[in-house]
Amino acid sequence: MNKNEITERLNRVFRDVFDDDSISVNENTTSADIEDWDSIEHINLIAAVENEFGIRFKMREVSGMKNVGEMIDIISERG
Amino acid sequence: MKELCFPFDSKSILRNKRELKRQLLSDGSSRIKKNIAVLGGSTADHIISMLRLFLLNSGIEPHFYKSEYNKFYEDAVFGSPELDSFSPDIIYIHTTSRNLTLIPDSPAMTEEEVHNRLNEQYGMFTQVWESLRKRFSCPIIQNNFELPLFRRTGSFDGWAVSGQAAFINRMNVLFSDYARQHQNFFINDINYLSSAIGLEKWHDTDAWYLYKYAMSTAVIPDLAYSIANIVKSIYGRNKKVIDLDLDNTLWGGVIGDDGVEGIEIGPETPVGQSHSEFQEFIRGYKDYGVLLAVCSKNDEENALLGLKHPDCTLRPEDFVSIKANWDSKDRNILESADELGLLPESFVFIDDNPAECAMVSGQIPQAAVIELSTVGEAMYALSRGGYFEVTSLSGDDLRRTEMYAANAKRAAQAKSFSSYKDYLLSLEMYAVITDFEPVHRQRITQLTNKSNQFNLTTKRFTENEIEEISESKGYIRLCGRLADKFGDNGIVSVVIGRCEGDTAHIDLWLMSCRVLKRDMELAMLDELVRQCRENGISRIVGYYYKTPKNSMVAGLYESFGFTKTSESENGDTVWTLGVEGYTAKNEVIKIQRR
Repeated sequence: MNKNEITERLNRVFRDVFDDDSISVNENTTSADIEDWDSIEHINLIAAVENEFGIRFKMREVSGMKNVGEMIDIISERG
Repeated sequence: MKELCFPFDSKSILRNKRELKRQLLSDGSSRIKKNIAVLGGSTADHIISMLRLFLLNSGIEPHFYKSEYNKFYEDAVFGSPELDSFSPDIIYIHTTSRNLTLIPDSPAMTEEEVHNRLNEQYGMFTQVWESLRKRFSCPIIQNNFELPLFRRTGSFDGWAVSGQAAFINRMNVLFSDYARQHQNFFINDINYLSSAIGLEKWHDTDAWYLYKYAMSTAVIPDLAYSIANIVKSIYGRNKKVIDLDLDNTLWGGVIGDDGVEGIEIGPETPVGQSHSEFQEFIRGYKDYGVLLAVCSKNDEENALLGLKHPDCTLRPEDFVSIKANWDSKDRNILESADELGLLPESFVFIDDNPAECAMVSGQIPQAAVIELSTVGEAMYALSRGGYFEVTSLSGDDLRRTEMYAANAKRAAQAKSFSSYKDYLLSLEMYAVITDFEPVHRQRITQLTNKSNQFNLTTKRFTENEIEEISESKGYIRLCGRLADKFGDNGIVSVVIGRCEGDTAHIDLWLMSCRVLKRDMELAMLDELVRQCRENGISRIVGYYYKTPKNSMVAGLYESFGFTKTSESENGDTVWTLGVEGYTAKNEVIKIQRR
């Protein structure tokens, strides 16, 4: 799975989780860019991403991810 | 909404929860509003958002109060101004084994030490419940405890003095004892739920350390669904009828082809045994007041032949309605509903044929549909679906099928009379109209929460609210019971008049649809007027609040001789009646007052 594919699938997850079809994520997207992305929604997002890609994030990753780019890196490493 | 019916796709509900909420809130349906306080021993955000979806889908619009993280004890025992002003209709206490602070931790502990810990831990919870009961007279829903996934000492942990699983099991017994002894207190059985789902799936240590979630996010929809079932039941949202197909559902084989000797039911074959167990399981629902019906594509003669098979546990007389014909099943269900005076949404339909199931869910989306592929799966779906969650059990529940059978006899008798009044007189009806006696308050509460059609204001009450009204002056309270020569219908009508000066405002007027067209409403009105006169009240004000379900009583006050004083755009109307000059209207029911 290349990074473009991952980004595309991730984008669908983001749109579903935040119920917002105008979202378009890239490597630099952070929680500051999406209004509803707070700590509670982060939990839901993580679960949805894990289910989408059939992976499990490590605890340190869940709390340490700085932007979508890091998320994509982890997925491509593990997927 | 199909997405939220059991069995649901938890992952998809979690992922799309915002969209689902948006759709539910914009579907134009009317819902009762309820305040639900969630006092958590762990983070409860996801539980709340899932619970909201399931309740919205069942006609309840919840507003939530959420205690600060792990402040359930402080909020309950010391109180909080926010919680007080929130004034909850229901309190849900979300605690889990993570909150067992006194669980044994050393094999050196003696029996007595463990016993003391058990009592102290249990005492903390009873303190929570008693404090809440004192401040809020509302139902409390309390989780029991799930077993841990890890057992340091293997099976020993389940029975040793210092075993943690042993401690949890003992706590669960204490919780159940408390629930049995206290009204308005309900256990949400996460011990069952976590076992049914599997402890491996239930527990997620990472989720605890990351978010202080006491279980995996993936099982939170199941947890919320279980809570929602209790809430729905408290507010009378249960289903009322199980409508069953016959061939390959109640027995194996097709009676029209195989004949009565060819169908499989009874101990002779594995298939026969499975259908026997299924019939036994279904029959058990009858004892809880659930009505059973048949909906089968068959000649009626054949259907009855099958039900009279010596090995059938379910007999023709166990069903309040038997539709065996070649019409479409959705039409038959609507007809049964009509005959029983019930809404189609109170039906659970079970059929082995996927096409029939799809047809019924397409035509009657409000009804629950269970596709029986194996009887085991159907029994599981029927129970986990929570359609008949029990939160109260009144005498009427236990006698319901009898009452509907008596109704069928009345209908048969009606045909032999030339005038309807002669028929009513022939029933030899008598009504007992009383105040809200303590023994009847549970049934009164139940009626206020489940009557939708003959209900002028559709005001819902909790048992504690009924209690308060019963104890206070300034109300005229009527509780009507109707019996006749075919049987006792039990308590069927409730009226609450709130007195202000010379006026009585009718806050509630409802009647069970099983006694429609028997003039019981006239008997109630006569008694209301009589009591008004006794209390120096000269004017009665009636309110009709329009809902999608109560159009049958839109003209009730007019038929009583009230005058319309106002009408709002949404169809609500207000009516008044002067007490002076009123003449009694009931001519067919003998009245006994107490």
